[in-house]
Amino acid sequence: MIRDFTFGQFFPGNSILHRLDPRTKLLWTIAYIVQLFVCDAWISYLVPFLYLVLVIWISKISWVIVLRGVKPVLPLIVFTSVLNMFFVTGTPIVSIGFFHPTYEGLALAVRLTLRIVLLIMGTSMLTYTTSPIALTDGMEQLLRPLEKLRFPVHEMSMIMSIALRFIPTLVEETDKIMSAQKARGADMESGSVIERGKAMIPLLIPLFVSAFRRAEELAEAMECRCYRGGEGRTKLRQLCYTLLDAWTLLSAVVAFGLVIGCNVLF
Amino acid sequence: MAILKTEHLTYRYSPGTPFEKAAVSDVNLEIEEGAFVGVIGHTGSGKSTLIQHFNGLLRPSSGHVYLDGQDIWADKKKIRSVRFQVGLVFQYPEYQLFEETVFKDIAFGPTNMGMTPDEVKRAVEEAMEFVGLSASLAQKSPFDLSGGQKRRVAIAGVMAMRPRVLILDEPTAGLDPKGRDRILKQIRAFHDQTKTTVLLVSHSMEDIADYAEKALVMNHAKLFAYDTVESVFSRSKELEELGLSVPQITRVFHKLRADGMPVRENVYTIPYAIKDLMRQLPKKGGVPHDS
Ligand SMILES: Nc1ncnc2c1ncn2[C@@H]1O[C@H](COP(=O)(O)OP(=O)(O)OP(=O)(O)O)[C@@H](O)[C@H]1O
Ligand SMILES: [Mg+2]
Repeated sequence: MIRDFTFGQFFPGNSILHRLDPRTKLLWTIAYIVQLFVCDAWISYLVPFLYLVLVIWISKISWVIVLRGVKPVLPLIVFTSVLNMFFVTGTPIVSIGFFHPTYEGLALAVRLTLRIVLLIMGTSMLTYTTSPIALTDGMEQLLRPLEKLRFPVHEMSMIMSIALRFIPTLVEETDKIMSAQKARGADMESGSVIERGKAMIPLLIPLFVSAFRRAEELAEAMECRCYRGGEGRTKLRQLCYTLLDAWTLLSAVVAFGLVIGCNVLF
Repeated sequence: MAILKTEHLTYRYSPGTPFEKAAVSDVNLEIEEGAFVGVIGHTGSGKSTLIQHFNGLLRPSSGHVYLDGQDIWADKKKIRSVRFQVGLVFQYPEYQLFEETVFKDIAFGPTNMGMTPDEVKRAVEEAMEFVGLSASLAQKSPFDLSGGQKRRVAIAGVMAMRPRVLILDEPTAGLDPKGRDRILKQIRAFHDQTKTTVLLVSHSMEDIADYAEKALVMNHAKLFAYDTVESVFSRSKELEELGLSVPQITRVFHKLRADGMPVRENVYTIPYAIKDLMRQLPKKGGVPHDS
């Protein structure tokens, strides 16, 4: 069922990774993504890979869960890989009629697959080990300088934390409405694309109605508690950097250096 | 023959994860055709999970569910026809309404069954009458109705499919006492007139005593008892240990007996209680208690 996907979920725990400052983890993730895209020489992919293995090991999150996070994008990976193999020009491996898979295409396909898989596994480590509240808190703090440019940082992060908070609720609601309509004989699994699209109406309308109702109720509840934006608002949990954060960021810099080193040398 | 039967029915949520949980465990049951069954059990005891097996919304982790002696999962393609025979009204069903008019919403199920427009019309009108919705509401938007009316529309939506078994998950949750009584009376009338088998989940022991013939008690995912209402409520000590209770009037009568009044033991409904008390009172012109 829909509940079974893991990407973006939070798995509570008490590892070093869980205890890191969310700002550090955010910066680390950005560094990791850039590092992945800087990789050029084949051997340089080893750096983010080993780094990721280390991070997963430290986080004590099971491999099964991390690998399962990649499952939803598998079709995409297969699709782009096949396209690349057949449509990139270069030295053909074999020729079957119109199709000429090439060595260059194969290389590109492998490279893309590596990047996507490492990217998803790496970025999901952020959400696996950081609670949504900590995550938006960290983002708000990191973006704070933008307030000088009149960017509504607090409002944006409030919107984000509310959205994250309601994902599980809406998933549960979707499940429930789907069951209720199936009990009335709705058939959402078979038929042509158009029929299936039509079959979604009994699901989508109640879902939207309830989302609006929830939004209204929440807005009222916030107003009742005198919410009036971020001005002068203090935090129950103050974020503060520790030595651990410094070491983490330093390790990211070292990894970055290693990747560039690999690129230059090989 | 039993219309619904389960054999070693077990269901686990999120199997293979740290959140795994058996919500129904080794339940063996036989529900007779035409019965009116009250389903009780504390919060989280697995009532909702159990009833979703009867129309194939949930597939047992292990064990079997039989409808008319046929395993409903023997042929996966037939599961839709099982859903037409076993109608299920969820808790807070008013949140599933989606059509432009009340008529169209109630017609959703019958139309999916493949009834002709004439049959659909008749089924909808009949169902609206059963739940006490006046015909003038048929062309209104379901979103403009009151909460209680919406609930009726949703219940009618399942009744209109003319199921052989009608299952309702707490149909009276969040209604005022009058609305509760009305809905329950209408369900009882539906049962009496159409001979439909009814399963009613409720947290109110009074409602079960007043309307049901049999009681099914769930406790921590296990079937605790399935018997006539009288025999279930006569085990009041055990029920209280499960965090359930017996109807208030039963408790009053137990106290009276403990205090030495010669009242009957198994009293579950107010009318019966009145009859019994009247029996105790001195008849007009009779001999008063020795004073
Ligand atoms: N979708 C789900 N995923 C995981 N666990 C669930 C899910 N639905 C129910 N459970 C768990 O299964 C158990 C039984 O739940 P169920 O809803 O069947 O109880 P219930 O008897 O209907 O309770 P209530 O009287 O509160 O409606 C509960 O412990 C609940 O936490
Ligand atoms: Mg329930």
